[in-house]
Formats: sequence, structure tokens, C-alpha cells
Amino acid sequence: MNFLQRLLIYTLLVLGAITCLIPLLWMISTGLKPIEQTMSMPPTWIPYRSYVQKDGVLTEIQPADVGKYPAAQIVRKAAPRWENFMNAILAMKMFGTYLRNTLILCVLTVIGAVASSALAAYGFSRIDWRGRDKMFLVCLATMMIPFPVVMVPVYCLFRWLGWIGTLKPLWVGSFFAGAFNVFLLRQFFMTIPKDLSEAARIDGCSEFRIFWQIILPLCRPALMVVALFQFMYTWNDFLGPLIFLTKQEDYTLALGLQFFQSQHGGTEWHYLMAASTLVALPIIVLFFFTQKTFIEGISMTGIKG
Amino acid sequence: MTQGEKRRLWVGLAFISPWLAGFLVFTVFPVCASMFFSFCDYDVLTKPVWVGTLNYRDMFTDSVFWKSLYNTLYYAMFSLPLGLVIALIIAVLLNQKLRGRSIFRAVYFLPSLIPVVASAMVWLWLLNGNFGILNHMLEWFHIKGPQWITDEKWTKPSLILMSIWACGNTMVIYLAALQDVPRALYESAEIDGAGPWVKFYHVTVPMISPVIYFNLIMGIIGSLQVFAQAYIMFGGGGPNRSVLFYVMYLYQCAFDYHQMGYASAMAWILFLIILFLTWVATRSTRQLIHYGGE
Repeated sequence: MNFLQRLLIYTLLVLGAITCLIPLLWMISTGLKPIEQTMSMPPTWIPYRSYVQKDGVLTEIQPADVGKYPAAQIVRKAAPRWENFMNAILAMKMFGTYLRNTLILCVLTVIGAVASSALAAYGFSRIDWRGRDKMFLVCLATMMIPFPVVMVPVYCLFRWLGWIGTLKPLWVGSFFAGAFNVFLLRQFFMTIPKDLSEAARIDGCSEFRIFWQIILPLCRPALMVVALFQFMYTWNDFLGPLIFLTKQEDYTLALGLQFFQSQHGGTEWHYLMAASTLVALPIIVLFFFTQKTFIEGISMTGIKG
Repeated sequence: MTQGEKRRLWVGLAFISPWLAGFLVFTVFPVCASMFFSFCDYDVLTKPVWVGTLNYRDMFTDSVFWKSLYNTLYYAMFSLPLGLVIALIIAVLLNQKLRGRSIFRAVYFLPSLIPVVASAMVWLWLLNGNFGILNHMLEWFHIKGPQWITDEKWTKPSLILMSIWACGNTMVIYLAALQDVPRALYESAEIDGAGPWVKFYHVTVPMISPVIYFNLIMGIIGSLQVFAQAYIMFGGGGPNRSVLFYVMYLYQCAFDYHQMGYASAMAWILFLIILFLTWVATRSTRQLIHYGGE
């Protein structure tokens, strides 16, 4: 590659990266502004306070009084309003409850998904039984079925069980091995040499012990991927909570944020952006700590067995 | 079956039993029930009443149904190809030997991580016709930005723009495939005097074609079921129902109007549309996909 090509590629990449980041920076910037600065034109990126020299002392002036002073005298200093985050939490009223519900669901669904899909993936890859591969095809085929097809009967089922308006519909299902997770783990299980299981079997090791003491410890990275994806899915899920939850004290963060927006939307943009930042932040932090697992996991989904 | 085979069958079934139970309860039963409901008048509170093909016939004359189908196909027709192409371009650029590659990769991936509720809020604010940063930036180029959220001509482009912003997932899948293309192929193409375009068209594209196909199918399934962003940003479907998507209307029928039968019938039509488009995509790309080792 010559210099010009290199320059062109870098320019394109930097422009694209800026485009990716602008919405996120704008979210954080707005989240740190006082309300009058959210609606000022032209918009400013950095929240500020205005000051004037009065008797040799720099004094802050209120937004309403800014017009009283000549523009040349006004000094602007960067001043992010960190208190917006606290105020946004208070304005959402039940933020703590939302967070607790979301975390409960995340923990339960991660346990459920990892445990159940590991068992099923083991059954689909490490034991030879008649009809196994046909059954696995059926498992894969279920991924084609759009959620709306099963949505109404599943809702009716949970209604019949009296679970609508509780958290149960949102986590019980995860204990029944989703096809996608099974597929992911099976890919990984198949890369472990068969001899390992055979040797253990000859020594009289039970199938469950092989699973538990030999295969699972070798598959930690893949189990991490499933745990991570499930956590993300539960944290971000919107349609599930929307359908199954009825009481505000059961809402998850995603649904709670939408509820807040539907009540305060169109005015308190600074609180809305601060709250959005709070909902997005844990996921971003999690990503930076687990980047490698993440990227590997997504790459695994694209490469078919 | 020998004794050993029988034993293995039972042990195997025991291991897959979590999936098997879930398959029966959350797939087989709902699929059958949904098929049955689609021929019924059912409002959850009272018993379903058999009405034959009435729900399906109603769909033909329901103008809102057609509108939602049109909106969805329109959205998919733009967001899917644009997303696939842009993600591929980024992935190819990122596959060069560059400094800061992993930082770029993280930045491009970031938007697809943001919880959909949060990104919907951000875009609602970003696209605000009066105070939004996007229209302000357009002003630098002396372009008067439209009312993205409230003008029915611009609501669909808004959501398409947003979907392209979040195409990082697709990009990472491409990138993994690109890294698996053997270097030797490029080297021998270079010996034959191939430039970057020839190499891209005759080496890169054929080598990653299975992954392009995978992304295409996933994209069809995903974009036809677009729901959360549009629901959060536009609630009832936006100005003049311009972004009332198929699944949004289905959701409304089921949970706002309690027409569970009609909603089930709509779900089956959606399933058929997805199957049909997947079949068309598979048929028309079969000749073009190159599987390694053939």
C-alpha cells in the first residue's frame, strides 16, 4: 500500500468512527447539560456556566440574565452537571426497583441458559445415539420460527398459569435450552477429541461425570460466550417485558426507561439522556472488559459447521 | 438395538431433555395452538370460536395490514442491502494492516451493543427537527434538515439510518471470515497482476460468500420482524402510520384490540413471507456461493 491509499483508508475509517460515536457523545453531552442548554441553538457540545467580571470578581450569572450583559463580557467555563444522573434516577422514581428486577432476571437467565444449553449440547455432540443428528436438525429449524408465531399461545399459557404480571415468564424459559446457545456450544464441544471421553468411559466414569469434570472445564470460553450473550439479551430485551409485565414495580430498566420517556418525553431531554446513559453504560463497560470473548463469540455464530 | 445402543439412546435423551421439554412446551404446543387460533375469533377472556378462514380473508381488505406490510418491506429493502454493503466495506478496510485496528473495530461495534431502548431515545433526540444535532450539522452544508420524526416522508429513512448505524454485528462476522481467507490466494493473484478491485471481486467475495449468504438470511429474518426501535420511538406507528411495521400492527391487534385470532393469522402470513424470501434468496444465490474444498 502506498502513502495515498493508506491516507484514504484512514480518512474513511476516522470519518466512519466519528459517525458511530456522535450519537453516543451527544447522549452523554446532553445528559450533562442543564435544561436550557439542551434547547439552545446553535447547540454546544460542552455544558458550561456563564460568568461576568463584577468588581474584579468572576460572578456566575443565571441563564435568564444572560441577555442583560454584552456578549463580549460573558465568559463561559465548562461545567458538566453530574447531578443530572442523580436527578434522573430520582425522576424515574423506581430506578432501584427496575435495576433490581433487571439484575434478578439477568442472573436467573444466565444460570438457566448456561446450564440447560450445556447439557443439551453435550447430548447433541458427545454421545452417539440413534436419531441424534436428525433431532439436531429439528433443533436448528426452530430458529427459523418468528417469535410472533408463538407469541400469542405462549402468552395464553402464562396467563393460564397465572404468571402474567410476574417476572416468571421472563426467566423460566431460559432453563429450556435455546436452539442458538445449543448450536454455539455444540460447535465447541465437537472440537474436543473423542478419545478423551472414551478413555474416561473405559475407566468406568459415568456420562454425567465426564460432562461435569472433563468437558465443561475445557469449554469455559464457550460457556462465557453463552453467559455474556444471555446477559446482554436479558438486559436489552424490550418485547418480552412489554408483553408479560403489568405492574410498574416489576418493570425492567428497558421498560422503565420507555415508561419514563412516555411520561416526560419531549421536554426533559437532559434527564432522559442521563438515564439512557445509565442503561447503556453497564453494557459498554462489560464489553470493554470482555472484548475478546465477545468478538470470538460473534465470529463463531457466522461460521457454520 | 443392542443393549449398549439402547443405553446410549436413553442417556442422550436425558441430556437433551431440557431442550426437548422446551421444544414441546414453547415450540410444538404454541405452533399448533397458533395455527388453531388463526382460524378462530379469540379475545383471551372467552373461549376461542371457530370462524374458518375469516381472519385470512379479513387481512385482504384491511388497509392497515397492507400499509404495515408495505412499510416493513420498504424498510427491509433499504436497510438490509445498505447494511450488508456498508458493513462489508468497513470490514474490508479494517482487514488491512493498519495501526489502531482493534480500536476502530471496537468503535464500529459499539453502536450495536447499545440497548435498543437507549439508542431509540438518543436517535429521537438526535433527529429532533428543531434542536437535533443532525439538522444542525446539515446546516453547515447549507441544507435545511427535515422534520425527521414528525414528517411522514422522513420517518422511514430515520429508522433505516439508525439500523445502518448499528450494523457492527454484521461487520464483525464479515471480519472473522475475511481473516480466514488464505493469504496465498492474494499473493498468487498479485503475481498474475491483479489490482485491489480484481482481488476483491475475484478472491475476497467468492471466499467469504457463505458468510455473505448467512448475513443475508439473518438480515431477512431480522428486518422483517423490526419492532422495538419503531415502537419506542413512534408508539402507535408515527405520523399517518408511516412506520407502523408488521410486527407492531400484530402486537396492537393482539394486546391492544385483543384480536388474538387475527394476530395469529398475521403471524403465519409473516412466517410464510420469511420462508418465501429465504427460499428466493437461497435459490438466486446458490450458483454464486463458493464453499471451500469444492
